[in-house]
Amino acid sequence: MDQAVLALEDGSIFEGTSFGAPVESAGEVVFNTAITGYQEIFTDPSYCGQIVVLTNPQIGNYGANAADCESASPYIEGLVVREISPVASNWRSSDKAEHFLAQYGIPVIADVDTRRLVRLLRERGALRGVIATGEQNLEELVQRARSAPTMAGQNLVSRVTTAEVYSWTKGVEPVSPSEKGLPAESPRFHVVAYDYGIKRNILRHLVQIGSKLTVVPAATSAEDVLALKPDGVFLSNGPGDPEPLERQSAQVRKLIGKVPVFGICLGHQILGLAFGGKTYKLKFGHHGANHPVLNKHTGKVEITSQNHGFCVDPDSLRDSDVEITHMNLNDNTVEGMRHRNEPVFCVQYHPEAAPGPHDSHYLFRDFAKLMEESKR
Amino acid sequence: MPKRTDLEKILIIGSGPIIIGQACEFDYSGAQACKALRAEGYRVVLINSNPATIMTDPELADQTYIEPLSVAYAAEVIRKERPDAVLSTVGGQTALNLAVELAESGVLDEYGVELIGAKIDAIKKAEDRLLFKDAMRKIGLDMTQSQLVNNVEAGLAFAERIGYPVILRPSFTMGGTGGGIAYNREDLVEILERGIDLSPVHEVLVEESVLGWKEYELEVMRDLAGNGIIVCSIENFDPMGVHTGDSITVAPAQTLTDREYQMMRDAALRCLNEIGVDTGGSNVQFAIDPANGRMVIVEMNPRVSRSSALASKATGFPIAKIAAKLAVGYRLDEIRNDITRATPACFEPTIDYVVVKIPRWQFEKFPGAEPVLGTQMKSVGEVMAIGRTFKQALGKGLRSLETGKSSSRAALNPVLINKRLITPNPERLDYMRFAFEQGYSIEDVQEMTHIDPWFLRQISEVVAEEQSLLGRTLDSISKKEFRKLKRDGLGDRQIAEVMGAEPMQVRAARKKLGIEAVFNRVDTCAAEFESFTPYLYSSYESEDESDPTDRRKVMILGSGPNRIGQGIEFDYCCCHASFALQDFGYESIMVNCNPETVSTDYDTSDRLYFEPLTQEEVLNIYDREKPDGVIVQFGGQTPLNLAMPLKHLGVPIIGTDPSNIDLAEDRKLFGKLLADLKIPSPPHGTATSIEEACETALRLGFPVLVRPSYVLGGRAMVIAYNEDTVRRYMQEATSFSVKRPVLIDRFLEDATEVDVDALCDGENVLIAGIMEHIEEAGVHSGDSSCVLPQISLKPDVIRTIEDYTARLALALNVIGLMNVQYAIKNDTVYVLEVNPRASRTVPFVGKATGVPLPKLAVGLMLGKKLDEFKHLTGGIVNGRLPVSHYFVKSPVFPFAKFPGVDPALGPEMRSTGEVMGVGETFGEAFAKAQLAAGTPIPDSGALFISVNDRDKPAAVAVAAKFREFGFELFATRGTAAALKHANLPCKTVFKVNEGRPNAVDLLKAGKLNLVIYTTTGSHSFPDEQTIRRNAVTYRTPCITTMSGAKAAVEAVASRRRDPIRIWSLQELHASETVQATNA
Repeated sequence: MDQAVLALEDGSIFEGTSFGAPVESAGEVVFNTAITGYQEIFTDPSYCGQIVVLTNPQIGNYGANAADCESASPYIEGLVVREISPVASNWRSSDKAEHFLAQYGIPVIADVDTRRLVRLLRERGALRGVIATGEQNLEELVQRARSAPTMAGQNLVSRVTTAEVYSWTKGVEPVSPSEKGLPAESPRFHVVAYDYGIKRNILRHLVQIGSKLTVVPAATSAEDVLALKPDGVFLSNGPGDPEPLERQSAQVRKLIGKVPVFGICLGHQILGLAFGGKTYKLKFGHHGANHPVLNKHTGKVEITSQNHGFCVDPDSLRDSDVEITHMNLNDNTVEGMRHRNEPVFCVQYHPEAAPGPHDSHYLFRDFAKLMEESKR
Repeated sequence: MPKRTDLEKILIIGSGPIIIGQACEFDYSGAQACKALRAEGYRVVLINSNPATIMTDPELADQTYIEPLSVAYAAEVIRKERPDAVLSTVGGQTALNLAVELAESGVLDEYGVELIGAKIDAIKKAEDRLLFKDAMRKIGLDMTQSQLVNNVEAGLAFAERIGYPVILRPSFTMGGTGGGIAYNREDLVEILERGIDLSPVHEVLVEESVLGWKEYELEVMRDLAGNGIIVCSIENFDPMGVHTGDSITVAPAQTLTDREYQMMRDAALRCLNEIGVDTGGSNVQFAIDPANGRMVIVEMNPRVSRSSALASKATGFPIAKIAAKLAVGYRLDEIRNDITRATPACFEPTIDYVVVKIPRWQFEKFPGAEPVLGTQMKSVGEVMAIGRTFKQALGKGLRSLETGKSSSRAALNPVLINKRLITPNPERLDYMRFAFEQGYSIEDVQEMTHIDPWFLRQISEVVAEEQSLLGRTLDSISKKEFRKLKRDGLGDRQIAEVMGAEPMQVRAARKKLGIEAVFNRVDTCAAEFESFTPYLYSSYESEDESDPTDRRKVMILGSGPNRIGQGIEFDYCCCHASFALQDFGYESIMVNCNPETVSTDYDTSDRLYFEPLTQEEVLNIYDREKPDGVIVQFGGQTPLNLAMPLKHLGVPIIGTDPSNIDLAEDRKLFGKLLADLKIPSPPHGTATSIEEACETALRLGFPVLVRPSYVLGGRAMVIAYNEDTVRRYMQEATSFSVKRPVLIDRFLEDATEVDVDALCDGENVLIAGIMEHIEEAGVHSGDSSCVLPQISLKPDVIRTIEDYTARLALALNVIGLMNVQYAIKNDTVYVLEVNPRASRTVPFVGKATGVPLPKLAVGLMLGKKLDEFKHLTGGIVNGRLPVSHYFVKSPVFPFAKFPGVDPALGPEMRSTGEVMGVGETFGEAFAKAQLAAGTPIPDSGALFISVNDRDKPAAVAVAAKFREFGFELFATRGTAAALKHANLPCKTVFKVNEGRPNAVDLLKAGKLNLVIYTTTGSHSFPDEQTIRRNAVTYRTPCITTMSGAKAAVEAVASRRRDPIRIWSLQELHASETVQATNA
């Protein structure tokens, strides 16, 4: 087994064993605390530009399968784990997790003291890093980590968005005889979804509520979107910093008031900017499946799936027509917003889960209701 | 919603004695609930019959009733205390059942008491199979298909429809008697016919088999607002077919994709919602077909459970404490997470390590019971281990078990591999490892065990690593290799054994290479937030998070897994040691590996190390913490076994010197000490070979008591009446341990046994209690009921006992606690055994006297003197503590779980737990203790009596008393003749082999209310065993000693004479304090 190393911009070195593709890769190192769902994490386009550390020490146990992909291929720049399973054990598995990543050229460094790494990231904030295999000059590696682009100010959406407009028709399909979800409602809305790095489970859930979906590239103008005569517009999740996405927020601003809009994650941040607000970078972000979010309307707490490094500043929206609807109970950050007068709402977290709890599926139904109301 | 203000006083129901399936996890949950509710300002009233619990300490509740958990006594508590509410969800099934009975009998309505936690409807919906099935169907959850049938045709038709194999469960038979698995039509007809016959209602449940499916458990919490969270997911290593309590379990679940896990999470939350669990913790069990992912819900418990204790320890999320707060109206988001301080309890813990729980069985104590595992729980305890990976956790878990086996090379039979893999049994994991050594493939083992191949791969890799060391030398192991070995959980001793080295050499070799343990924190959040609680486990990672303080500190070594003979009593003492250290201004450091206990609650000590109690792991902690002292005398035999080696390595053991503890165990040295002190003991000797043993026995004269040295709980102890028995015993004993000699004592027949607990500071000796055993010497002290104060000892005998005890304590230079066992025959006092350490009876004596013995002991170990504790002892420094009432401690036995085992009492301890009864007379206290122990002595009805010739005169006197009480007498021929001779009318009953109807027929028909059936001494005949066995099966109290029978007479007298009376500990001891002050 070949050795591998992870070098961080602060000079820290983590030694481990090389798995996956034996290539060098750089990115911002972030940690995710979800226990299940590594494959969904690998394939979430929001991780573009990031090396992911998983806190669950045993990764790869259940292999990989086609149904659990959140996009056509993995987007993480690299994977850091304590242990990667040499076998895949699950009736749905068609591949080993390590092979799955290798075939897309993604390196894995295993046998790393991931807890020390996470504690470091918690203290220092997200750091840039490089994974490399074989004998390395460690100083040079640290240099390369330092010269990797920072997340702030980078437009990563253009790297992950679709080149072409496409339609999507697949709803949530059961994977086990016991998964008895409701069948998708027959299409009654035309929803245009902006792809800033969209996850498939969002598309599936939009289909579930009765949407005929047209997915458009991130750079599509508001006029072109409105020309498609949508009943609603969806703003997707996506990687990186929302601030450089001026074009996107400008287009979204034009949509407000014309059509119901629902945004998730980066979509939520773009709405924040469109509302005239500001965003800021979190120290090490929220990446996990256990974040408690208070729904201020119902008073109930949802356990949510989260994946973001930036956040909407509530103070910047104090004088706007925007109401904060959801709040993170761990750090009181903004988790959801609603326009007071227009059919526009959004959440910072991931109601489609994948991976994560299903507590917030109701938001898709809320979107359907909103579209229904404005149709009347 | 903030907490409710309409409640003022809350009754908490405890779980009673430790039994298989309901152990000290409910002391943990109950103690947490008491503390949480009192902290919220509620007045807490507690009822629990188990004195060996932290929750029944008078400081934990406003009023503590150590009374039987029966409707009558609970109703009396309610009548007297008038609580506003009853919390029934923290005391296991016992509390839940009692709550239901209190509701159904109208007691709760009568006194306007509200049930909080789970409402009666929710409890019923969860517990009643049919209601549960309907509820689950309603919310679209799959269950196994099943049907109740009362004839073979219906069963056949159903089985044809769902397909074979099917599980058959006759209704209302004890321990699943008559059930089985039918793989085909022939099996079905055979088992069904038998089952229908055996079932009292002639009904059998035919159920779809999910044997071999993957088994999971989710720990769920819910608040009144409907917020639900999953605290922990648990995956069973052993597939369906083995009771969860007997399964190795792993947290978090290892082989579920997110998709499947979330499906399970959704189902669990829906289940709680539908069952109507308002608030609190519940666990929901699922089975998954490994072939296609079909998921069925197996069961749910609307209360905290053994798994909640495990989940709490595994994640750092205190389920019971939070359940108690939710029960009084708080919402999850209003409660803080103690560990992170900054975040709320309304979240789902995430962990960055793997937790493995391994059960501990003791089939060896129940000859006649087949050592196989099935749907009825058989384990008596468990260990939990935390590691960064599954391999590491499993390795640590196996070390924690203290089975004496460190690798699979321990006498396994290659011929048995297939058999041991196919049928689940306590040795299955050993055989799995052995099978891999012998070249079995993962596929082979999976086929036989149905264990997930992911787990099997992990085990096979460790076996291969171990094998790769064979024939190598220590210095050939590279740093990288050593690091991997340790990271994969191999113990120094395990490595040493494979390589033919000494464990300390392995330690030195790896330390030289810089491979040392570090400590990581359990923090509920995988390091996402800072942790303020030093709850630690060792690993071989690269950063140490233990962050030791520079305070004065003392480390307490706990007692490890519960075993018969080493149970909750020792955990009780360890917890008190910790509290006392804190009181005395020391930092307390707890080391233990038992997830069920209060000692492994992160709140109990300043610092908690969840670690195996091995020399390796204890030294690791010692090296890091450098405590000023280490306490070994509270945790039973486990820490004592480590005491001498640790002392030799320079670890400062405080209290009685380990060499004096050893001296008391050393027959020769101790014999000399007794001779010097002129204190008599039964003639004795030792032997290491069969010949030597026979010679010694002949020299001493039969009967003799034969036992190994260094054991607790009378493990492998027999009374031999002839040379044959000695020979047979030695053949078995030498296969266990040859290092330590076998002890042989002359056995004093019909002697009265006495247990004494005392404290010594090196100058003064305080006698805490002289407990007289109800059963005669020869019955293990842990299996005998005992009474405080003594009832039949003459004053000069008591003086002698006090004198001997004091002289022994001073001679052994005891600092702390000491326990002495005496036998009194013809007014001569003989010393049987001296244990210079905390004993099993310490909690009982503490509760009876109101004096916190472990606290005093810790004070003494820290150099304080007894006269500094006068405020706690009522001014007594040198003498004996008084008691205001009669206190009886009675044992509780697991015989119902082990079909085929003779319940006759003997020198091998088999009780799993204990209860206490309080009364103004011995009879009242004994009657209450027996009721609490689940063997209530009837106040009328039919007595069946059969005794050996020696006991006949006594039996006549006992029978005459029962006759006076209006009992109908039944007796076997010989006993009947004796009774008739004494003009006592009685009916003669056949023994089993004499014809019918015989005694067993009468038991089955429910015609007998009490059985007195003594043994014949040397060995018991199959016939008597059958009768005693059936008494257990048909739940008829069965007394197997004459002294027990005499005590029963007094109990009946009390039951016929005394009203139902209760005393809280606070009342009992308030009056004593007054007396002491007056005196």
